[in-house]
Amino acid sequence: MDFVGFLLTQCLNAFSQAAVLFFIACGLTLIFGIMRIINFAHGSLFMLGAYVGYSTVAATGSFWLALIVAPIVVGAVGIAFEKVFLSRLYARGDGGAYLMVTFGLAVIMGEMIRVIWGPHPHGVATPDILRGVVFLLDQPFPKYRLFLIALGVIAAISVWQFLERTRAGLLIRAVSQNAEMVQALGTDVQLVRTCVFGFGCAMAALGGVLAAPMVTAFLGMSASVIIDAFVIVIIGGMGSFLGSIIGSVLVAYVQVFGAYYFPNMALAIMYLLMLVILVVRPGGLLGKEE
Amino acid sequence: MLNVSGLHTFYGPGHILQGVDLEIKQGQVAAVLGRNGVGKTTTVRSIMGIAPPKEGRVVLGGTDIAGWPSHKIARAGVAYVPEGRMIFPDLTVVENIEVAQRVRAQKWTIERLFELFPALAERRTNKGSQLSGGEQQMLAVARALVTDPKVMLLDEPSQGLAPLVVRELANVITRLRDEGVTMLLVEQNLKLAEAVADTVYIMVKGRMVYDASLERFIEEQDKVKSKYLTL
Ligand SMILES: Nc1ncnc2c1ncn2[C@@H]1O[C@H](COP(=O)(O)OP(=O)(O)OP(=O)(O)O)[C@@H](O)[C@H]1O
Ligand SMILES: [Mg+2]
Repeated sequence: MDFVGFLLTQCLNAFSQAAVLFFIACGLTLIFGIMRIINFAHGSLFMLGAYVGYSTVAATGSFWLALIVAPIVVGAVGIAFEKVFLSRLYARGDGGAYLMVTFGLAVIMGEMIRVIWGPHPHGVATPDILRGVVFLLDQPFPKYRLFLIALGVIAAISVWQFLERTRAGLLIRAVSQNAEMVQALGTDVQLVRTCVFGFGCAMAALGGVLAAPMVTAFLGMSASVIIDAFVIVIIGGMGSFLGSIIGSVLVAYVQVFGAYYFPNMALAIMYLLMLVILVVRPGGLLGKEE
Repeated sequence: MLNVSGLHTFYGPGHILQGVDLEIKQGQVAAVLGRNGVGKTTTVRSIMGIAPPKEGRVVLGGTDIAGWPSHKIARAGVAYVPEGRMIFPDLTVVENIEVAQRVRAQKWTIERLFELFPALAERRTNKGSQLSGGEQQMLAVARALVTDPKVMLLDEPSQGLAPLVVRELANVITRLRDEGVTMLLVEQNLKLAEAVADTVYIMVKGRMVYDASLERFIEEQDKVKSKYLTL
């Protein structure tokens, strides 16, 4: 019974981790699908979300408000960045420059966060009703993590249904297949790109706020999370939304169980998983080989 | 309806269109013939705004649309059936059409399109990549029509299709012409062009070197063909 309880809580743990990872990976993969760029700043936008969330909680005392404010602020930052820099590179057709520009944004944001919020980590309190634990098969499990799972599931289903059932979702899928054709059929593709970029940044920010009560808002949080997100996107298939869900769950499981059974090798196992998947399916689980 | 004059288009340093002139009257079909690489596709892409011209005018019903971004040109009433069809492979037949349907069609509703293309109606939930070449071509035409265009540009629709399917395509284009759809048809298939065109243009090295009514073209075709079309 003990082992079953342990297994259950570890599985739930992994799902809660997957939820946070999903928030960052889904934006990364959607942006790649539609713009064919890897947004190196995505981890920094996640981090910015955590800091903006911290300040919102500090100013208003409301974690719930932080869940609204941070995505709006970071989404706006993303939209401005896309409009000022990326859209111009697009007009010039300058593919190689993206890497430098998004990497540059990551560096600049990291420094700006250090200037604004200082070098020390900022804790974010878990909201009252999510504090404490529930007992599952006699094993304690944090309520907050159950909340993360619920939110992750809701977000994944909502985004998926949005992509499948709305006209905007249809256009996003179409642009990821042939942007020039979508444009020639009367849709302003640049607008689609800006919106998707902003949406991806907002989702990352939401992930940052959600992670903050567990890990605090700290300067290194972008670096660790961006690597996980890259691995997820590669495993799931670059540009595949459903792939980002599956990838998030797989990576979270490897991390949680790897950390328990092989504490020194968790990271190596994650890369091993990626390697195996790439050997079997070079385009990722749900991706296309290009 | 569509009046193109003095169109110059470059790909990098390559001066591809060197002053293209052409005119399509309301309700008529103009065919553009020419050997490989003379700039037919570039002409279509320049009109569509995908390869914007450096110089020249593209007047659609009185408005100069040269230099507009292609989505605005599409909204102004130009529909595009590209070379190679460019069907969205992972979207269903219906979704492929819906991408183009920004506002509900008045004339060419989806129901009407499925009447015109019964083969597509049967495959409405199939993915674009699962269609045959002929079906994809019909879908590309349906997708263009759903915008209720003023002018439809078709770039080598018969390419890679079996003779039987080309005949079917000719029937469709003829029917569209009878319904008053104005079309620019780029073709290498002379039979198809002759079956549907009102006027014929021939392009050589980035210019229109010949234009005539279909009747005159048929009269002169032996001379014209050996001069401009055969290798
Ligand atoms: N994207 C491009 N970049 C550079 N040059 C191009 C590009 N597209 C076409 N060209 C060149 O422009 C010229 C005209 O090409 P275009 O595709 O318009 O010819 P076409 O008449 O449509 O030929 P085809 O019958 O083979 O379709 C060709 O010499 C081609 O090599
Ligand atoms: Mg061509």
